[in-house]
Amino acid sequence: MPLLEAKNVTIRFGGLTAVSDFNLTIEPHELVGLIGPNGAGKTTIFNILTGVYKPDEGAIFVNGKATRNCKPFDITALGVARTFQNIRLFKELTVLDNVKIGGHLHYKYPSASAVLHTNRFHGAESIAEADAIELLRIFNLEKRAQFYARNLPYGDQRRLEIARAMAVRPKLLLLDEPAAGLNTGETIELMAKIHEIRDRFNLTILLIEHNMELVMGICERIVVLNFGKTIAQGTPEQVRSNPVVIEAYLGEPVEA
Amino acid sequence: MKRLPWWLRDLIYGAIFIAALIGASFGMDAIHIVGIAYYQRIIVLMGINIILAVSLNIINGHAGQFSLGHAGFMAIGAYFAAFLTYFYFAPYVNKFPVGTEQFVLQNALLLVAVLLGGALAALAGYLVGLPSLRLRGDYLAIVTLGFGEIIRVIILNIDKIGAARGFTGIPNWANFFWVYLFCGVTILISWRLVQSSVGRAFLAIREDEIAAEAMGVDATRYKVKAFIIGSFLAGVSGGLFAHFMMYLNPDMFRFLKSFEVVVMVVLGGLGSISGSIVAAIILTYLPEGLRLAKPFLHIEKDPRMVIYSIMLIVLMLTRPQGLLGRRELWQVLSRRKEAPTEEPDATSRS
Repeated sequence: MPLLEAKNVTIRFGGLTAVSDFNLTIEPHELVGLIGPNGAGKTTIFNILTGVYKPDEGAIFVNGKATRNCKPFDITALGVARTFQNIRLFKELTVLDNVKIGGHLHYKYPSASAVLHTNRFHGAESIAEADAIELLRIFNLEKRAQFYARNLPYGDQRRLEIARAMAVRPKLLLLDEPAAGLNTGETIELMAKIHEIRDRFNLTILLIEHNMELVMGICERIVVLNFGKTIAQGTPEQVRSNPVVIEAYLGEPVEA
Repeated sequence: MKRLPWWLRDLIYGAIFIAALIGASFGMDAIHIVGIAYYQRIIVLMGINIILAVSLNIINGHAGQFSLGHAGFMAIGAYFAAFLTYFYFAPYVNKFPVGTEQFVLQNALLLVAVLLGGALAALAGYLVGLPSLRLRGDYLAIVTLGFGEIIRVIILNIDKIGAARGFTGIPNWANFFWVYLFCGVTILISWRLVQSSVGRAFLAIREDEIAAEAMGVDATRYKVKAFIIGSFLAGVSGGLFAHFMMYLNPDMFRFLKSFEVVVMVVLGGLGSISGSIVAAIILTYLPEGLRLAKPFLHIEKDPRMVIYSIMLIVLMLTRPQGLLGRRELWQVLSRRKEAPTEEPDATSRS
């Protein structure tokens, strides 16, 4: 069974059809890239997949379950975590608390045990702390655990967002431009990290990226989007040499 | 290190706290200086305002939902608790001869009345919360403001509880002990919640609702939760207020009262529990303390509210983040420990 299936998804904002008849099937443990020029509808697709927008037509299935009536947090509970293009950290909270909130679904207890400090509270909190520190260690952020998120350098904020999403313990991780604003060295490091967490946590990853080096380097399959439509799909080599893709990025060849 | 069972630990601390309160109560009763009653009154009112400010801080400061209806919740608790004691509990208690039995019964029934007042306020918080929490920011503020006014107008039209005449003859059962007991309970609830997964969910919603939902936080549910807890405590403070003042009037719960509490929370620093406490203490004393200004300045008209307003303006201009910002008192006092988080911003790029 595919982990994620989008069938004939269409969404319109007023007169603009942002995504039209979009189909995507992702099998477990795949690493898929979603590319396209600016305004192609990539982030809109992420927002549909995570329940922020409701599609006008079509349906999304996560693990075979239709997400039509799911709120964003229900979809998170199905094992889908995401990062945001324009970093959305909890800026006034510490790095550690950011990651702990990512694990929100896993450390629940009634408010009463929080107020009374019952054993259940202490148990859940110590696990939450240990898990969060473990994740911070994976992303080399453990030394900054007590910093406010807003005070982190930009690259660390990007990594913290991924760490926070990993705290959800997702099956499917959606990364929205994880390398945006990173320099070459940081991008290479990030690529290695994405590979590492995929193998370690048996993740399936869908990522949006403009950095072709990263996309071509790590994705097994690439979906190309333009004006809300899928224009090409295939391995990096196939996509790279596809004339439709080249046209979308560079424009039509001039008649000689 | 082996931890004591949670109930035993809290029981011991609770007992120490109660003993200290009883001691302080007797201490206050034992002082006989002319004019001391005035200061004792201010101290009790400070306690009531601390409960109000700390409970509003859960809604405004932690969950980030701008509510202007706190006086409404307080009014519900005040009137319902007063209604219960005036019509049911007090006549019953008065059948007993003065003595230990009556004393115990009176205090137990006060507790019941205050808690039921809080419960009804919590119910109102739930009812307001459910539909209106889909609104954000200014819109929510307007809805809660309207709600507070509706409550006041409803009370104004119920003749049985005094309507515009006010509710008189409420027994004087609340005192220093009860007010500060609930003060302690309020601070404990607020503090422990914010350290828990519930509090983290509140803070996450305040910081970024979309990101919070992406992390699996059911934002609406937690906002309603914050409203229920906050309005319950506001109702409790209302019940205590009624039994301390012995008189209620719908005009006490105008939106000005809501603003007063909002000012305390904002002045103390949104999200800072100790900030709310400090601001509640200062803002309760300030209008009283400034009565000294008139004889001091030798002027005919009383300038205290002018000075009060100017002080608020100056404070907000010099410390727009509030007295303590988002930190707690001890964090502000030990700046050194906070040093790494206070680094100059490295985020100008974001």
